[in-house]
Amino acid sequence: MKLSVAAKIARPNGFVLDVAFTCDTDVLGVVGPSGCGKSTLLDAIAGVERGAVITLDGTSLTPLPMHQRRIGYVTQDALLFPHLSVRANIAYSPFARTIDDVAQTLGLTALLDRMPRHLSGGERRRVALARALAASPQLLLLDEPFNGLDDARRADAIALVRDVHRAFALPMVLVSHRREEVDALATQVIALEGGRLVAPAASDPAR
Amino acid sequence: MDSVRISLSVATAATLLSLPFAVAVAWYLERSRHAARHAVQSIVWLPLVLPPVVTGYLLLKAFSPRGTVGQTLASLGLPVAFHWLGAVVAAAVVGFPLFVMMIALSLKAVDPRLERLSQSLGRSPWQTFWRITLPLTWPGMLAGAAIAFARALGEFGATIILAGRIPGETETIPLRIHAELDAPGGEQRIIGLVIVSIILCVIAVVWARLLDAWYRRRLELDT
Repeated sequence: MKLSVAAKIARPNGFVLDVAFTCDTDVLGVVGPSGCGKSTLLDAIAGVERGAVITLDGTSLTPLPMHQRRIGYVTQDALLFPHLSVRANIAYSPFARTIDDVAQTLGLTALLDRMPRHLSGGERRRVALARALAASPQLLLLDEPFNGLDDARRADAIALVRDVHRAFALPMVLVSHRREEVDALATQVIALEGGRLVAPAASDPAR
Repeated sequence: MDSVRISLSVATAATLLSLPFAVAVAWYLERSRHAARHAVQSIVWLPLVLPPVVTGYLLLKAFSPRGTVGQTLASLGLPVAFHWLGAVVAAAVVGFPLFVMMIALSLKAVDPRLERLSQSLGRSPWQTFWRITLPLTWPGMLAGAAIAFARALGEFGATIILAGRIPGETETIPLRIHAELDAPGGEQRIIGLVIVSIILCVIAVVWARLLDAWYRRRLELDT
């Protein structure tokens, strides 16, 4: 994936995200403390925040509204549509492929007929990931996907994301406030502070 | 019982007429970041704070048979001033702020990130409204409709100015009660109407409360 971002976005609370970078990598990690602009950056790439200039693999996403960008977005609290079953959540996108493959890869086959309120936190995360994958996105955004997990579950979740990345050959942008989570998966890392890029890191050819 | 029939038909039509506009305005007020929304909110609130008679007078000016709007509607077979439709318009306008407020409350309870997620998955804003927003807010909309219906049942000031008191056409329960109180022995004759009014409004308000409670419970359980 070759991703270029040039964004200057002012929030009503006075916060300004002002970044410009280009990366050529499979998994881009974004690190930084809370409130540094990581989620705003994901919003800009996804099209929630308009006004950023985004290019992905030579194609400009800038003029496209959110629903035409084909960018999967998994929020940190793994929001699911509460009135839809797991199956309907995963099959929600008009671009949804056969959901059985995705459900099987993520170990959700037995949960397909459940409603979200009957799922554990870990199951919800897997369903949110499955729903984003089923939509056949060209890029997957993961916002603090391991937040709130204990060490054992975090290791499992990191292994799951790694497996998904391999199985679907899907480029990702992974946001976390914990450097070790990003280092476990990312092939290139950038750091944000106060809405600005402070440390673009070189690609690690070993990964 | 003509006035009961007219009140029910006027309140039902007013509620149905307002529904799409109330949904659109509530959605705009809750979801838009447009600067004009504060001005729109003030305008929507006006019928709630203006004396109903003043609202009726302004509506009469707007829909006067001598005015462009009134003449155009009359030529389409939809006369407003001093007709049944006038009572509907008056009830719809006066109940509109409450209707919008109730729907806005139910929209506020739905996490807007769900709508953004829907769009990130390839659904357009319109598809998102039908598949996510509406299924999650319809109980709140129905509760709002019940409150708007109850408000329409009680409408008096704007109705008498815009629609007049025409027995069999625009004479709703409040207008009939008002007329009877002016006549000798009328107080005895209105007892039935008063009881019917109270029962209808209590049913509407209780229904709205039950729906609202069920809806909030459902959202709490699900999210």
